[in-house]
Amino acid sequence: MASKAVKTFITPLGKENPVFVQILGICSTLAVTNKLENTIVMVLGVIFTTTLSSFTFSILRKVIPARIRMMVETLIIATFVIIVDIALKAYMPEIWQQLGPYVGLIITNCIVMGRMEAFAASNPPGLSLIDGLASGVGYAYVLVIIAFFRELLGSGTIWGFSIFGEWWTNWAIMIMPPGAFFMLAIFIWVVKGRVAE
Amino acid sequence: MNGELLPAAVFFGAIFTGNILLSNYLGMCSFLSVSKEIKTSTGLGAAVIFVMAVTSLLNWIVYHYLLIPLNLEYLRFIVFIVVIAAFVQLVEMIIERVSEGLYAALGIFLPLITVNCAILGVSLFMVIRDYSLVNSFFFGLGSGIGWFLAIIAMAGIRKKISGAKIPAGLEGPGITLIIAGMMALAFMGFSGMINIT
Repeated sequence: MASKAVKTFITPLGKENPVFVQILGICSTLAVTNKLENTIVMVLGVIFTTTLSSFTFSILRKVIPARIRMMVETLIIATFVIIVDIALKAYMPEIWQQLGPYVGLIITNCIVMGRMEAFAASNPPGLSLIDGLASGVGYAYVLVIIAFFRELLGSGTIWGFSIFGEWWTNWAIMIMPPGAFFMLAIFIWVVKGRVAE
Repeated sequence: MNGELLPAAVFFGAIFTGNILLSNYLGMCSFLSVSKEIKTSTGLGAAVIFVMAVTSLLNWIVYHYLLIPLNLEYLRFIVFIVVIAAFVQLVEMIIERVSEGLYAALGIFLPLITVNCAILGVSLFMVIRDYSLVNSFFFGLGSGIGWFLAIIAMAGIRKKISGAKIPAGLEGPGITLIIAGMMALAFMGFSGMINIT
């Protein structure tokens, strides 16, 4: 049991990583990574949602009729996303404003529903909780790495603190949309290239 | 201030300057996985235009005549996704009865669309930017056309490079993201024409 739990936790971090292996949840990976601070808030929201959605769905998995399964999944996810949205709006209104629609878009983040379908639908609640958490963490660290480089190169800062000082010329492209695409492509390239060796 | 925008400005702005895919990163999942062939891309793109235009209209009506009077704005995520899912299901049933050919062409794409984050994203943007009814419709239509253009262009480019030798680790999603980045660069040339945010 314990080894199975460990395995469930480790797989989504590397071999089955939702972002760079399964290419899921790309929208927010690109959209929120222009500043490290926003990214951290966003990934915490996603971890919260994947963990609790998988857990809740796993508890209910035997009583939900197959025909309306997708609908129930969506409603469970939407419930947790609304909690995240309200909490952010109340405690961090500035970041909430910057994230804009992307908080609501956690609902259509394929990672959440993907894990419910692929794992929580056929596994007990405890393991599903671990799987949801691990998928969230697997998503989170990729975003944090990307955000780190985008903010560093694009604004010369980390978490709003100046790193390079005066002489640095900002690579404005890095905080604009094309930079997001290039950065994620480079990340995938580096990871896959390493695996191929 | 958005009340003063002309519908035509919102329409062209949504296609070019604020392209839903290339500057807001929405609809990436299906963009990356479906853009292998021009024919399927056309089918999915057409379905997206239709669903996006109609659901932005429906969601505007629901939001302004149902949720605001009842003070239930915080439920918008759940309501929007249910409206979208119900509409897609309805359209699927109708075209299955009415037109065999159309069903063969579009039918398989419709279920995919419910989870396309661009559709929900358009509805959320419309609320955040406080568009009027007419502007919301043109925003949905324009965003759909913008998405259609992007996926067709991508499918064409991917067909052209199918015989090219791509560095290991960059095949598939990697190279697609780099192309998307270049397309985003090209579309940035339109920025400054109209500002719809």
